[in-house]
Amino acid sequence: MSESAFAVETKDLTQRFGRFTAVDRVTMTVAKGEIYGFLGANGAGKTTTIRILCGLLRPTSGSAFVNGHDVIRYPERVKAGIGYMSQKFSLYEDLRVRDNLVFFGGIYGLGRERIEQRIAEITSATGLTELLTRKVRGLPTGWKQRLALACAVLHDPGIIFLDEPTGGVDPVSRRTFWDFIYSLADAGKTIFVTTHYMDEAEYCHRIAIMYQGRILMCDSPSAIRESTGDALLEDAFIRLITRESDTETGGD
Amino acid sequence: MFVLGAHRANDETGDAMSILIDDIHKTYGAQGALAGVTLSIREGERFGLIGPDGAGKSSLMRILCGLIRADRGSFTLCGLDGNRDLRAIKSSIGYMPQRFSLYPDLTVAENLRFFADLFTVPRRERDERLERLYRFSRLKPFAARRAAALSGGMKQKLALSCALIHTPRVLILDEPTTGVDPVSRREFWDILSELSRDGTTILVSTPYMDEAARCDRIAFIHHGRLLAVDTPAGIPGRFPLTILEFRGRRFPVRHDDMLRVRGVASVRLLGDRLRVACESREAVERAVRDMLERSGAEILSVRTDTPSIEDTFVHLMHEEPGHV
Repeated sequence: MSESAFAVETKDLTQRFGRFTAVDRVTMTVAKGEIYGFLGANGAGKTTTIRILCGLLRPTSGSAFVNGHDVIRYPERVKAGIGYMSQKFSLYEDLRVRDNLVFFGGIYGLGRERIEQRIAEITSATGLTELLTRKVRGLPTGWKQRLALACAVLHDPGIIFLDEPTGGVDPVSRRTFWDFIYSLADAGKTIFVTTHYMDEAEYCHRIAIMYQGRILMCDSPSAIRESTGDALLEDAFIRLITRESDTETGGD
Repeated sequence: MFVLGAHRANDETGDAMSILIDDIHKTYGAQGALAGVTLSIREGERFGLIGPDGAGKSSLMRILCGLIRADRGSFTLCGLDGNRDLRAIKSSIGYMPQRFSLYPDLTVAENLRFFADLFTVPRRERDERLERLYRFSRLKPFAARRAAALSGGMKQKLALSCALIHTPRVLILDEPTTGVDPVSRREFWDILSELSRDGTTILVSTPYMDEAARCDRIAFIHHGRLLAVDTPAGIPGRFPLTILEFRGRRFPVRHDDMLRVRGVASVRLLGDRLRVACESREAVERAVRDMLERSGAEILSVRTDTPSIEDTFVHLMHEEPGHV
């Protein structure tokens, strides 16, 4: 294992499925402690890239290192060092908050003592402590999202992948959720977010705009807005990908 | 261009009211869903209901659709009485619930035909109407595809088409674009704008502020109460504070010390920006800047920014009595 300054480093990463190129020579670096967002339409290649970076899919060509581990040679080491949470989080609704955490701790192979210690740390950071004995069913979505995140970081991973983490919640819950994300980043964790929503993208340090498997632009949300002269990130995004599809002529 | 309803028959109706809601209450068991909602929505208006989960958005929509009854209060829709003319109201409304309500095993065409039957669209009108819906949704090439195999954006357009099959005057959409990508989302909203131009009234709920900005007027709803009703441009006028925005690097993630500065109401970190809601720039800029620099942050610029819809929403929610 090499000690890299980057949490994620890819070079010419490419994934083909038959004749379809899902990821097209993606080169990027994500620093430790950075909150990095992937913004793109459906089919832009976000999920495929994430699957490669999680060690779930072997790329067709190019290279990717996650936490210093080569995803091609050591996918198991990659998997052990990451946390993952998606919008369709898989909590056990009939179990209590606490049981869910213990369960995920067990899956990650944490010892009894370590699980208790981590539960104490995380629930106080997320404000979940008072809800430990509550059944998951019936909790508001915002709380379920926080619990899903707590489960995903229980084993203290260096990189956390979030797939549309706050889809469908109100701005107040979203802010609370992101407060926790920022505290994780502050502690040196790298956060990798994919999203459709500009409300969410605005929280990232840097955003990569993906289109047809390629990264069209990567910069801070403010810099992206300024580069196109748009006040809203969504307008900038649409402008960038429309420009791209116009130069190709065609689109769908 | 497409004209689905052409409801705007006479232009002199200008400000005709499409939906009038008067003091609607609804409780489920001990839980209050709606605590006295009064609202009027104009014909052809795109009206957004913005609020958190459980605020009462869906309950209000279901009452207007006649799916549940209000405990108290009344409403009229297209001049029809919500307590008496429910049947007529139902035929004036197109409703798209939050969950995808199509038949996944049926094709696009079969779903549309099914809904046409359900709403007893006369056979001779049917083909023409389907053609129009295909035209605006651009789903024609997918007519033979099973609904389950459509992309998220296409599913939403099909669901919208089904809700429009009987050319309703009022369209009620409950979080229609959840999980839909930004390009399809924009297309969906363009369709809504066309419909409203043709005179269809649209009541839509969304948790997203960028969608709220595309409505003619919006209402913030929280704990079953309306906190504010205004145009998207007017909403920030209800934010009584100044937003001071710092741009830079390495901003601290904890803001307890800044919140102790007199005049600072809230602090929010957004990527490379730190947004401070405060009484005035003069009162807090120096102190906040000193704190940031002492904590090792690098400040590139400072400016006052217009409050966003979201800033206003969060502020009003915190102002509300009983907020925790």
